[in-house]
Amino acid sequence: MAVMKVLSGNSAAAEAVRQVHPDVVAAYPITPSTPIIEKIAGFIADGQIDTELINAESDHSAVSACIGASAAGGRVFTATASQGLAMMHEILFIASSLRLPIVAAVANRALSAPITIHADHSDSMAQRDCGWVQLFSENSQEVYDNIIQAFKIAEHPDVKTPVLVGMDGFITSHAMANMLLEETADIAEFAGKCIPAYSLLDNENPITVGSIDISDHYFEHKINQLQGMKNARRIIKEVGKEFGDRFGRYYGNYESYKLDDAEFAVVLMSSSAGTAKESVDELRSKGEKVGLLKLRVFRPFPYRELKERLSHLKSIAVLDRAVSPGSHGGPLFSEIRSSLYDLENRRPLVFPYIYGLGGRDIAMNHFRDVFMEIKEKSAKAGEKVGEKVEIDTEAAFINLRD
Amino acid sequence: MNPKKRDELGIGGINKEAGSALKNFTGSSRKGEKPQFYQDTCINCFFCWVFCPENAIIIDGEKIAGINYDYCKGCGICVNECPVKHEPLPLIMVEENIEV
Repeated sequence: MAVMKVLSGNSAAAEAVRQVHPDVVAAYPITPSTPIIEKIAGFIADGQIDTELINAESDHSAVSACIGASAAGGRVFTATASQGLAMMHEILFIASSLRLPIVAAVANRALSAPITIHADHSDSMAQRDCGWVQLFSENSQEVYDNIIQAFKIAEHPDVKTPVLVGMDGFITSHAMANMLLEETADIAEFAGKCIPAYSLLDNENPITVGSIDISDHYFEHKINQLQGMKNARRIIKEVGKEFGDRFGRYYGNYESYKLDDAEFAVVLMSSSAGTAKESVDELRSKGEKVGLLKLRVFRPFPYRELKERLSHLKSIAVLDRAVSPGSHGGPLFSEIRSSLYDLENRRPLVFPYIYGLGGRDIAMNHFRDVFMEIKEKSAKAGEKVGEKVEIDTEAAFINLRD
Repeated sequence: MNPKKRDELGIGGINKEAGSALKNFTGSSRKGEKPQFYQDTCINCFFCWVFCPENAIIIDGEKIAGINYDYCKGCGICVNECPVKHEPLPLIMVEENIEV
């Protein structure tokens, strides 16, 4: 039987790791993800798991050790954040191109400078193109559920691609919340065993890992790597359904809230979805047709699904908790707007917003303002097909002191 | 060498063929220069054999016997490490197409 616990996101991550029981955890603890590794070290010291914990001398070394352990055939986990994830950058590409199913928890934290320890998504977004599946979690429960599923997704024979599981630093990583903790035996059974695609320790079948490609084979190998990410689209849904059938909490690429009959919607990721739902409820009670789409899977980006799911809206505010300097809106905005371009008849207007950098609060009144603003802009733009829409889509900043 | 198609390649760029260098002669990467060996002035100190990164120095018992050009990449480390510094030198770099 599952038990109700009050756990922080970090504790939830550590519990998931305890229950999935990796062979190796290599890490260089960094705020706000440090307690994940502290708790795992505690589980090992208490004899609850016999995982090998490698205290590396840097994040670069930590993820390198993960690669070695994973190439040797082990189930492998690490946790990091912010500068630590940035330091892992070059090695993240190697993990994904060697098709090693490492799972990493990221307590999303802003990047320096100025130095801060608080939440935003710039660390994960900076790793957008490194070939890792990226899941984002709203609360402790989702952190726990996502990490368990992450192992199953990453290690699936058709995927064999590493997975980053994000949660908002401090907001989710340190705040305590009610959540259901499943039985260890059930989770262990659900996660199954890691069956590696290849192993460095297999003396009967010697292999060379990380050898050189010149222009003769690099392109072919790189496109073969993408097959794992492509298959992840299917496997993420299968695993989400299997998890739901077993534990009652279903997962897909996104969660929608009062979206079916909505005219105006907000799209965002992670913890702010809670506040957004409250705001949707408040505006609904006043008769406004508003809704929310909380994206769970940022890579592989579910563009086909989102195109359908968002097609009926009049206008959409995409809220990015990261900036991509010099681009038109944040990374999520670019993806969403690009997905909608293929719609044939009319496209919803899509407006870029940047919020919450360095942990800046976003409150109900801010969501209210955003909904009212896109409603107003939508009315101004009209809805006629083919009509030139003279409308400013410069990114707006929420709760910034101008 | 025959380039392979995508579906002929394994997962993650893994090379499952141990000892493939037996048929892939890496000496083909030499660019214009190669070391030339003269046995009569060699003092058989084995420095070249120790330092050669490609294991391309051929030995015969306790003597240096020559250079395996199938694998020599022409780096010149053997020539640099050779302690005989007065002419005639046992190891010199020569242009690839000149037989001396």
